[in-house]
Amino acid sequence: MAEFNAGITETGNVQVIELSGFLDAHTAPRLENTFNELLTRQQYRVVVNFRNLKYISSAGLGVFMAFIETMRGNGGDIKLTEMQPNVYNIFDLLGFPLLYEIFPTQQEGIQKFNQSSEK
Amino acid sequence: MKQNTFELKVASTTGELATIREFIQEKASQAGISQKTIDSIILAVDEASTNIVKHAYHFDDSKEIKLHLSVDEGTCTVSLTDFGDSFDPDKVPNPDMNEYLKQRRVGGLGLMLIRTLMDFVEYHTVKGKYNRLTMVKRDG
Repeated sequence: MAEFNAGITETGNVQVIELSGFLDAHTAPRLENTFNELLTRQQYRVVVNFRNLKYISSAGLGVFMAFIETMRGNGGDIKLTEMQPNVYNIFDLLGFPLLYEIFPTQQEGIQKFNQSSEK
Repeated sequence: MKQNTFELKVASTTGELATIREFIQEKASQAGISQKTIDSIILAVDEASTNIVKHAYHFDDSKEIKLHLSVDEGTCTVSLTDFGDSFDPDKVPNPDMNEYLKQRRVGGLGLMLIRTLMDFVEYHTVKGKYNRLTMVKRDG
């Protein structure tokens, strides 16, 4: 079975999802559950840390597409951080950087939320 | 001339995607293919296998997927054979990604990734018997 984990930690008023392992059609439903849990808790400001994610297929990309509008519609966003080059390449191949804000570090993603709320 | 051919049969379930990826990684790596090329092949084969699980066999895990890999002078040829429902790739054009992203669509990117990542893609159906997707990637 493919190893995959998506754990949530709260940092101030931002929820950080830390991914690890392999995100494919088999494991994508687990990430959907994680996002659904955030919706249940009405948490819409999300930073995803990809540091330990080794692999993503289109099923994984689809999860981010499925939730981006709901998060933004509720004043939040999904910001993507710390991607390994092989994972970033797949996002880039499909033009996803046009739709998502991507940061080199988790901290920058969190800061972007805090800057927005100061405006 | 050095030629290597390898075969794998797995049940049609997303739980076997990891098995398929590890198989490609191991065999292509042993044959001296670069990691960059292996990464492309792995993703294309993952996407194609996921499509078989969903669209050819409709999540019936009693069905079987056959994978054949051959490596010949740095050229990798992978074929995936299923015995389920066929489709017409000509009726599945690549989406316009600008529109796709604007409309926040989900799914339908697998075939586009396969076409983008591989050098040659061919789908062959013998009606009522089998479907075979053949994909070729040259290393380097």
